[in-house]
Amino acid sequence: MDSQGVAAIIRQMAAVIRREREYLTELDAAIGDADHGHNMAKGFEAVEDKVLSAPDPDVGKLLQQVGMTLVSTVGGASGPLYGTAFIRAGAQLAGRQQVEMADLPRLFEAAIAGIQQRGRAVRGEKTMLDALMPAHEALASAVSEGLAPGECLERAAAAAEDGVAYTRSIKATKGRASYLGERSIGHQDPGATSSALLIRAIEQTLAGR
Amino acid sequence: MVGLLLVCHSPEMARGLMALVSQVAGDIPLAAVGGTADGRLGTDPMAVVAAIDQIWSEDGVLVLVDLGSSVMATETALELLTPARAERVQLTGAPFVEGAIAAGIEAKIGRPLARVRAAAEEALNQPKF
Repeated sequence: MDSQGVAAIIRQMAAVIRREREYLTELDAAIGDADHGHNMAKGFEAVEDKVLSAPDPDVGKLLQQVGMTLVSTVGGASGPLYGTAFIRAGAQLAGRQQVEMADLPRLFEAAIAGIQQRGRAVRGEKTMLDALMPAHEALASAVSEGLAPGECLERAAAAAEDGVAYTRSIKATKGRASYLGERSIGHQDPGATSSALLIRAIEQTLAGR
Repeated sequence: MVGLLLVCHSPEMARGLMALVSQVAGDIPLAAVGGTADGRLGTDPMAVVAAIDQIWSEDGVLVLVDLGSSVMATETALELLTPARAERVQLTGAPFVEGAIAAGIEAKIGRPLARVRAAAEEALNQPKF
């Protein structure tokens, strides 16, 4: 896949975030500061304007530009978190004009490591990691089994969505929701939800939907 | 003289605390950032980078934060500075208000970065009453 293909995925991510903006903000209103959907929509809008209008042919640079734009425009914690994720993934592809399916698990790994470092979080704290880490595991094993790209992404997206459902059962110990303690149980994490939406957007683009 | 940067979610909070610190710290290199470029509540790593540029000296900069994403915004900003400069910028988890006042006083009397930071962090152990 070349940089135009990657740009198509990011464009789909922007479209999904725009469509689910109110839903993400409602989830955040229950346990956070009621801005997640709006912040993410602002960030991806800026990505569309500044980065996707003329995508850099270097896919590593393209992902890093997406990350820098999210860092500087989102406004909430998801800016540094998703921004760092895209910047670290982009660093894995420095100087490349093509990205292969075999690269994808490594990109997820670098993105997740960036989020863990930035957020000082581990799995099970009701964060985006609870969607991203199971998605990475499902993706890595599907790729190593040699499954078709569409199937690899389907498994990753389904694992992320299961991870989102799991966040309802656990207590938040990171971020604004942690101030609620036990009262955060029963609520779905907005960050995990947006992570699952972004992975689903990759799957949708590969499937031509 | 060590510079002081206050990073928070709201421009009003940033301006208010900066005024409070100025009262005791006079004309130390002081900056405060809060809110996003388009006027929402939030934090902006690029504004943190710009503020560090504005108050920079070789004596370094101490950064105090309100909560949550201010920490991440500052750490992201530090990765965007040159390594030589990033080495002289320190982020502290000191109390935002009391820490800023204590650090402002230390900076004003010309103490080095480590001492200004320690003063800010000692504020954690001083009850309000």
